[in-house]
Amino acid sequence: MVAVQETVERVRRIDVDQYRYGFETLIESDKAPKGLSEDTVRFISAKKNEPAWMLEWRLEAYRRWLTMTEPTWARVDYPKIDYQDIYYYAAPKPKKTLSSTDEIDPEILKTYEKLGIPLREVAILEGVEPPPGGPQTPNRKIAVDAVFDSVSVATTFQKELKAAGVIFMPISEAIREHPELVQKYLGTVVPTSDNYFATLNSAVFSDGSFVYVPPGVRCPMELSTYFRINERNTGQFERTLIIADKGSYVSYLEGCTAPQRDENQLHAAVVELVTLDDAEIKYSTVQNWYPGNSEGKGGIYNFVTKRGDCRGKNSKISWTQVETGSAITWKYPSCILRGDNSSGEFYSIAISNGFQQVDSGTKMIHLAKNTSSRIISKGIAAGKSQNTYRGLVSAHRKATGARNYTACDSLLIGDKCGAHTVPYVEAKNSSATFEHEATTSKISEDVLFYCLQRGLSEQQAIGLVVNGFAKDVLQKLPMEFAVEAQKLISISLEGSVG
Amino acid sequence: MTLLEIRDLHVGVDSREIIRGLDLMVNAGEVHAIMGPNGSGKSTLSHVIAGKPGYEVTGGQILFRGEDLLEMEPNERAAKGVFLAFQYPVEIPGVTTMNFLRTALNAQRKARGRGEFSTPEFLKKVREVAESLNIPRDMLKRGVNVGFSGGEKKRNEILQMALFEPSLCILDEIDSGLDIDALRIVASGINGLRSPERAMIVITHYQRLLHYIVPDYVHVMSKGRVVKSGGKELALELEACGYGQFETAA
Ligand SMILES: Nc1ncnc2c1ncn2[C@@H]1O[C@H](COP(=O)(O)OP(=O)(O)OP(=O)(O)O)[C@@H](O)[C@H]1O
Ligand SMILES: [Mg+2]
Repeated sequence: MVAVQETVERVRRIDVDQYRYGFETLIESDKAPKGLSEDTVRFISAKKNEPAWMLEWRLEAYRRWLTMTEPTWARVDYPKIDYQDIYYYAAPKPKKTLSSTDEIDPEILKTYEKLGIPLREVAILEGVEPPPGGPQTPNRKIAVDAVFDSVSVATTFQKELKAAGVIFMPISEAIREHPELVQKYLGTVVPTSDNYFATLNSAVFSDGSFVYVPPGVRCPMELSTYFRINERNTGQFERTLIIADKGSYVSYLEGCTAPQRDENQLHAAVVELVTLDDAEIKYSTVQNWYPGNSEGKGGIYNFVTKRGDCRGKNSKISWTQVETGSAITWKYPSCILRGDNSSGEFYSIAISNGFQQVDSGTKMIHLAKNTSSRIISKGIAAGKSQNTYRGLVSAHRKATGARNYTACDSLLIGDKCGAHTVPYVEAKNSSATFEHEATTSKISEDVLFYCLQRGLSEQQAIGLVVNGFAKDVLQKLPMEFAVEAQKLISISLEGSVG
Repeated sequence: MTLLEIRDLHVGVDSREIIRGLDLMVNAGEVHAIMGPNGSGKSTLSHVIAGKPGYEVTGGQILFRGEDLLEMEPNERAAKGVFLAFQYPVEIPGVTTMNFLRTALNAQRKARGRGEFSTPEFLKKVREVAESLNIPRDMLKRGVNVGFSGGEKKRNEILQMALFEPSLCILDEIDSGLDIDALRIVASGINGLRSPERAMIVITHYQRLLHYIVPDYVHVMSKGRVVKSGGKELALELEACGYGQFETAA
């Protein structure tokens, strides 16, 4: 990502107060009235020209949500959210229907340019610097589905995808154009009743991505969505649904940023993945929402439900995440291993600095025979942050031969932060083999001095050491994401010492 | 030209005085050997020159080209040309030696107002130097010093010294852990870097190293002071008689 690299390179020294993506685009937006009621739900549904079944689905979720209470078990602490003080829908006012990226509001394009996202097809990943001594990677393509506040503003590469039979479009469009697929799968992984935030999302979700890969198809390019929260007091509630039909494969990249604001913004997304027999989904996230300023003011509340269902035999779902942003992160991308021989993976780097609170991890639910899962979690805590890994590995009575390997490593920078590991293990049959390893370490003075003696600044040294610590996970990211993620890691740790 | 000037240096750790009034003058082009018994403060001196935190300088001064070195951050000192080859180089897991070298080299070049090396330029240079030190290429792809043998770690230090082109090289027991062949290779690498602009301080326990790297001056350190200075023949004298005569002098 040339643009991304340039953007990153231009950033020299920022601290938590100087969030890199803290600019705001001035475009008129089309907002729902503040607050949440059946009318809000109807407003959103109407805006989207949704069919009646979709509205019903939402309303049912809304009614259920009214009976639920906000969960409090996570190790995060925040003032009570006033759900009536939030705008649930904001769309950039469309000037006309868009048929290509050329017609996108230039203001929006500019925003994406600042973010370094190649919305225009010409900006396809050229010249990503290979690692020294490493192989030259051929240019790869990424199809971008950009979500600007609540609406997907552009979808590129449609033609090539169409030729392959891959459906990649905003979910709002899929609801109208592929109702049979959406109805068949929506809410089957994360039911509308699942948890407080997922239920809220089901009622008011505004947009997100929809992907369907037909049987036997290997998606010809990486699919990507960048989320960005622009509007003040706007909750962002994306809904993403990805289905890999029998024997298919898709890799999906998600990146998020938000402008800098004093008040907190709520983000409650739901992502559902389904793999049928022999199919594979690789889902990668780089999350750098605004983390709040150096006094802990502002920042995104990120309450996300991500779950994959390995529904078919021999299928595989792999989550890779790099979490550097948000004031509060509450996020447990999980796998349900329902098909025999299916496997789930979770690779995570979670960085917290300043006053950030991260409670993240995964659930691996082994339901079928000979299922396997692998969890590699790297938590890095700096400043006055709290970083918790929370994981569940469970084997059902029928899940004979279930295997799990978990490694949780925490790295502390300074002595005012905290790292915590909360693993839950439940094996309901005796043939399950679960392994768990955990370490906690600090960056050693001797290592820092060695780096400084060789001319590195303290920040460079920490960036390098932390990237080394997180390497196992970074390697799981697609190449162009890995480059960006490495720089993000260094940037998000600036101001973490001294 | 005087490169390094240390005057009446006093250094303590946890209120215990380790360097107790040390003087040393090093001119460009010279090689100084420092010898002395275990615990006499040799490594401490090298750390204080390089700026390692945790030491309290309670008196005296260190000037580098007339500038107060003690006022500078360790990385500024590195950029000014101070290089320390560590007695015990650390391991940095997950960071390839290549990546480390490139990041460090470019940081120094930048600080010296020179352009960064492009990847091909850099690769060419590293490979050349690595070859001359008998460092296999795949060692460069491994984590910095991770799983390196004692000798490999020392060669890696010299590799960095050659790359960074420092003007003051402090070599702290570069000969420890080296077999005869490695000693010869490392010594010839070091000799190749001797130049009229560059000075070296070679800390060692053994005449053996000084046989290869012939010093202009030899200093004997004991209990935190230089107790005797002389020419290269002083090292031979030490080898024959030991430190006993100086212990009392200190
Ligand atoms: N961080 C520290 N804390 C406490 N004591 C220290 C520290 N660093 C050095 N010392 C002490 O200072 C004295 C000098 O140590 P130093 O490592 O400089 O000796 P040296 O001359 O390099 O010895 P050697 O030949 O064994 O390498 C020793 O007594 C050592 O224990
Ligand atoms: Mg020593």
